[in-house]
Amino acid sequence: MATAPAPLPDSPSPVPPKYQPLASSSTHLRRRKLASTLFYLLCFGVTLLSFFLLAWIMSGIFKQGIPYLNQQFLTSFPSRFAEQAGIKSALYGSVYVLCVTAVFAIPVGIGAAIFLQEYAGDNRFARFVQVNIANLAGVPSIVYGILGLALFVRALGFERSVLSGGLTLGLLVLPIIIIATQEALRGVPNSLRHGSYALGASKWQTIRRQVLPIAMPGILTGIILSISRAMGETAPLIMMGALTYVAFVPRGLRDGFTTLPIQVFNWTSRPQVEFQAIAAAGIIVLMTVLLSLNALAIFLRYRYNSRL
Amino acid sequence: MNTSSLSNLADKAMSESPTRKAETPSARNSTPQFNVAMAAAGEQNATPVIVEAEKINLFYGTKQALKSVSIPFHQNTISALIGPSGCGKSTFLRCLNRMNDLIEGCRTEGEVTLSGENIYTKGVDTVMLRQRVGMVFQKPNPFPMAIWDNIAYGPRLRGIKNKAVLGEIVEESLRGAALWDEVKDDLKKSALGLSGGQQQRLCIARALATKPEVLLMDEPCSALDPISTLKVEELMRELRGAYTIIIVTHNMQQAARVSDTTAFFLLGELIEMGASAKMFTDPSDKRTEDYITGRFG
Ligand SMILES: Nc1ncnc2c1ncn2[C@@H]1O[C@H](COP(=O)(O)OP(=O)(O)OP(=O)(O)O)[C@@H](O)[C@H]1O
Ligand SMILES: [Mg+2]
Repeated sequence: MATAPAPLPDSPSPVPPKYQPLASSSTHLRRRKLASTLFYLLCFGVTLLSFFLLAWIMSGIFKQGIPYLNQQFLTSFPSRFAEQAGIKSALYGSVYVLCVTAVFAIPVGIGAAIFLQEYAGDNRFARFVQVNIANLAGVPSIVYGILGLALFVRALGFERSVLSGGLTLGLLVLPIIIIATQEALRGVPNSLRHGSYALGASKWQTIRRQVLPIAMPGILTGIILSISRAMGETAPLIMMGALTYVAFVPRGLRDGFTTLPIQVFNWTSRPQVEFQAIAAAGIIVLMTVLLSLNALAIFLRYRYNSRL
Repeated sequence: MNTSSLSNLADKAMSESPTRKAETPSARNSTPQFNVAMAAAGEQNATPVIVEAEKINLFYGTKQALKSVSIPFHQNTISALIGPSGCGKSTFLRCLNRMNDLIEGCRTEGEVTLSGENIYTKGVDTVMLRQRVGMVFQKPNPFPMAIWDNIAYGPRLRGIKNKAVLGEIVEESLRGAALWDEVKDDLKKSALGLSGGQQQRLCIARALATKPEVLLMDEPCSALDPISTLKVEELMRELRGAYTIIIVTHNMQQAARVSDTTAFFLLGELIEMGASAKMFTDPSDKRTEDYITGRFG
C-alpha cells in the first residue's frame, strides 16, 4: 500500500508539478482575495443601509407615536379630537376581516395547490391554470378592490361588510398561498412519495401522512406572509368602499368595518399635527401585530422542523 | 434448485422473443443451454412459481427499456438480477409491483402474474398489490419521522391502531432486519439520524412490517459496508423461508452467495437465467461469461 505503483515501462516517467509553498502569495491570488473581500463589504454595506433606513423611519414613528400609545388609545373609538381618538374599531375590524380572509383563503389555497401539484399532472388545463395563477399574483391590489366591489358588494349583495372585505382580501392573497404551497409541495422529495406508495399507501394517505407534514413549514410560512400582506392592504378595501369613520365594533359578518391601515391613512390625511402623531401610534400597533404574526410563523416552523 | 420449469420457460422466452433483432444474431444461436443434471436435480424440490413476468416490453416515452422479458420466480427462493448499469434491472423490478405507473410517460406491455393473477389487468388495485409485493429502494429513503413510526407506517395504513400490536410488529420487523439491538433504545428518535447502512436496514424492516409475500430489493447493499452487507445477506437467507426475494445487485459474489437463481440482463433483454451455481461457474452465453468475469466493455 505504501509504495507507489511502478510507472508503466513504456510511459515516460512523470515529472512532478512544482507546488508553491502554502504561505506564498501571487498577484493573481491577491486579486481573488480582494474580490472576495469587496463582495463581502458590499453585502454588509447593503444590509447596514437597509437596517439604518428602517431604523430611521421607525425612530421617527416611535418618537411621534409613543406619547399617544396608551390604554385609552387602544380602547377608544375614533374621534374628532386627537386626544380622545383611539383605534379600537380598526383593531377589531382588522381582526374580523383577517379571520374571514383566513377561513376562506387558506383551505381554498391549500386545496388548489394540492390539486395542481399532486393530482392534475402535466396537462393543458393544469398549465393554463398555473400560468393564470402566476399572473394573478402580479395583478395590482386595487384591481381586486374593483372585483370585490362588483362581485361581493354588488352582485352577491354582501354590502360593504366584513364579509365582503375579508373575501376581497382572500382573493388577493389566494395566488400567494397557492404558489407558496405548491413550492413547498414540490420540495418534498419523490423518493418519500415512492416509499410510501411501495408500502401500499393510497394517494391520499401518502399526501396526508408524508407530503403535507413535510411541506408544512413552507405552507405555514406562505400563509403567514399572505395574512401579513392582507393585514397591510388598504387600497382594495377603500376601493371596495370600507368605511373610514367607524364608532362601533362590528358584531357580525354583515356589519361595516374599518381596518388599521385605513384608519392610519385617514389620520395621516388630516392637517393637524396631533393626528399625524396618533397615526404614528396606529402604525406602531399595526407593526406590532405584524411582527407577532411573523414571530408566530417562525415559532411554528421551528416546532415543525424540530419534530422531524 | 428448481431450474427445470424455469429453464424451459426461459428457453421458450428467448426463442419466441419477437423483438429480437437481426443485429444480435448471436442471441438466437446462444439460447440458454441448461445443464441437464442441474435441471433434473431441480425437478424434485422446485417450489411453485409465484411471480411470473411474461413478454414484458416497457417504454419510457419512445425509448424501449425492456424487450420481451419473461422470467418466472419461484416461491421461497432468492433470485438475483445482474447486468451492467442502465440495462433495465431497476425498471424490471418496478414492473413487478407497478411502481412504473408513477413514472410519467412509462408504458408497459405484457403481463406479470402474482399467484396466477395478472397484475396489469384493469381491476387490480395497486394498493393491494404493493401490500403483497414489498420493495426496498436503491437509495435508502427513511421517512422523516421517528424510527418507530417508520416501521409502523405500513401497518397503520392498513388501519392497525393498537399501540401494543404495533409495538410488537415494530420489534419483530427490526429484529428481522438485524437492527433491533442497535436502535431499541432510540425508537423515538428521528430515523434521519441513523447511518446510511442502518437506514437501509430500517427500510428493509419497514418493508417487512407489511408482511409481503414477495420482497423486491434494488441494490440494497450498494451503500453498505461489508459487515452490514453480510448482515443483510444473512437476513435474506433467513427471510427466504417466508418470503420470495428478488434482488438487484452489482456484486457478483453477493449474487453467487445468496441467490438460488440468477438472471443476466443486457440492454433491456434477458440474456440468460438459471441456477446461480451454474451461472457463475459455467454460463452458457458468451456475453454472460464476459460480464461475470469482468471482461465487459
Ligand atoms: N424514469 C425514467 N425515464 C426515462 N428513462 C428511464 C427512466 N428510468 C430509467 N430509464 C432508462 O431505462 C434504462 C434502464 O434503466 P434502469 O434504471 O432500469 O437501469 P439499471 O439496470 O437499474 O441500472 P443501474 O444498475 O445503474 O441501477 C436506462 O437506459 C435509463 O436511461
Ligand atoms: Mg438500478
